Amino acid sequence: MVDTLVIPLLKILIVLNATLVAVTYMVLLERKVIAWAQSRLGPMRVGPYGVLQPVADAVKLMIKEDITPVRADRWVFTAAPIISMVPALIVYAVIPFGPTVSLFGRQVSLYITDINVGLLYIVSVASVGVYGIILAGYASNSKFPLLASLRASAQLISYEVAVTLTLVSVILMSGSLSMVSIVRAQEASGMWYMFVQPLAFGIFVIGSLAETNRAPFDMPEAEQELTGGFHTEYSGMRFALFFLAEYANMIVVSSVATTLFLGGWLPPFPNVPLFDFLDIIPSWTWFLIKSFLFLYFFIWIRATLPRYRYDQLMRLGWKMLIPLAIANLVITGIVKVLLA
Amino acid sequence: MGEAIAFYFIAACILGFAVLVISTKDTVHSVLFLVVDFLFVAALYVLLGAQFIAAIQILVYAGGIVVLYLFVVMLVNLKRPPEAHADPHRLTKVGLGMSAAVLLELGAIALYSSQLPATPVAPGAPMPVTGNTEQVGWLLYTSYLIPFEVASMLLLVAMIGAIVLAKREL
Repeated sequence: MVDTLVIPLLKILIVLNATLVAVTYMVLLERKVIAWAQSRLGPMRVGPYGVLQPVADAVKLMIKEDITPVRADRWVFTAAPIISMVPALIVYAVIPFGPTVSLFGRQVSLYITDINVGLLYIVSVASVGVYGIILAGYASNSKFPLLASLRASAQLISYEVAVTLTLVSVILMSGSLSMVSIVRAQEASGMWYMFVQPLAFGIFVIGSLAETNRAPFDMPEAEQELTGGFHTEYSGMRFALFFLAEYANMIVVSSVATTLFLGGWLPPFPNVPLFDFLDIIPSWTWFLIKSFLFLYFFIWIRATLPRYRYDQLMRLGWKMLIPLAIANLVITGIVKVLLA
Repeated sequence: MGEAIAFYFIAACILGFAVLVISTKDTVHSVLFLVVDFLFVAALYVLLGAQFIAAIQILVYAGGIVVLYLFVVMLVNLKRPPEAHADPHRLTKVGLGMSAAVLLELGAIALYSSQLPATPVAPGAPMPVTGNTEQVGWLLYTSYLIPFEVASMLLLVAMIGAIVLAKREL
C-alpha cells in the first residue's frame, strides 16, 4: 500500500510543485540575468532584490480580466493553453533526479517511474505539445496569431527531426531507451556522453533552443513582426499558462540534456578514483546543478544573440543540422560495430 | 476485473470519439477528436503491455500525421457547406445498404467463430532478450525480416513518388 500508492503520489506531488515553483522563479532569473547583461538592476521593488516578484506577477495575472474574442472558436480557444501546459508537466514522470537511495529506513528511487521506453515517451509527449500552439493560433480567428502559429509549428516540426536523430545516436551508445539505464551506461563507460558525442550534443542544444521557441529562434513571438505571436489574443491566466509552458519546456529540455549528455546524477569523472571525494555531494544535487547551468546558458544566449531570419532558420535546420545528425548517426553505428 | 473495466472504458471512448470524428460539422474539431481517439488507442496498447507500440502510435499518428491533416484543414477553407447537404436523401440509401452489409458480415463472423472450438495459441520460441522494445526489435529482425524490408521499400517508393509529384521540374 505504502510502496505502491503513497510514495508515488508523494513523489508526483513534490515534482509537480517543485516544477511550478522553479518555473515562476525561472521568469525572475531571466529578468535579472538579462538586466545584469544590460547594466540594469531588474526587478527590485517587490521584496528584497525583487524575490517576491513572481508572487506579485501571479496575483496580477489571476485578477486580470479574461477575454475571449467574439469570433473565436470558444472550445478550442479554452483548450489550447491546457494542451500546451499538460505535456510539459507529464514528461517529468520519467526524468531520473537520482538513483535509489535509502530514506527513513526505506528504499526510495528518486524518479517517479522508469519505463522501458522512457526516451520515446518524452519524444512522443513533446510531439503532442505542438497542438497547443497551432490551435491557439487557429482558434483566435485573427491574422497575427495564425501566422505565428504556422511559423511555430513549421519550426518545431523541422527541428524535431534533427533533435530526434541525435537522440538515436545516444540510444545506440547506451543500448537502451530507459532514462535510468542511459545514466547507468554512462557510469559504466566512465564518461559523460557529451565527450563521446560532442556533435550530437551541439545539435541537441541548438535544436532544443529552437524547439522551446527561445532566442535566437524566437520567431513565433517576434514582437516587431507579429505583435505578440500565437498568444496575442490571450489575456490573464490563459496567457500565463502559455508563458509557464514555455519555461516548463525549457526545464524539460535541460533535464533531458543533463540525463543524456551530462551524466544525469553522476558526479564529474565518475570512474576516476582521484575524484571520489566528490561523492559526498548527494546525487540529486549534481542533477540540479547541471540543469541549472543549462538553464543559465539559455538565458545567456538570449541576452547575447540577435534573432535569426526565418529563411536562415529553415536553412540551418534542414541543410545543416539534419545532414550532420544523420552523418553522426551513421559514424556512431560504424564505430559501435567495429568496437564490438 | 480492473483490467476489464479499463478495457471497456477505453473501448467505449475509442468508439465514442470515432463517432464524433465523422459526425462533427466543423472539420477542425473533427481532426481534434481524431487526435483524442488516437490517444485512447495508445492507452489500449499500454493495457496490452505494448508500451513501445503505444509510444510510436502517439509519436507517428497523434504527433506527426494528424498535424499535417490539421494544416491542410486549416489552410483550405471548408467553412462553406458541402454540396451533399443540398440533397440529404440521395446518398442515404447507399449508406444504409453498405452499413447493413457490414453489420451482416460482422454478425456472420461472430456466429461462425463462436461455433469453433477454442484453440490455444501455440507459444512462440522463447526470445533471448527481455524488455518490450528489445522483443519488438528481435521479432522484426528475425521472424518478420522480409515483411519489414518490404514495408520499408514501399515507404521509400511512396516518398520518391511524393517528391516527383510535388516537384515536376526538378
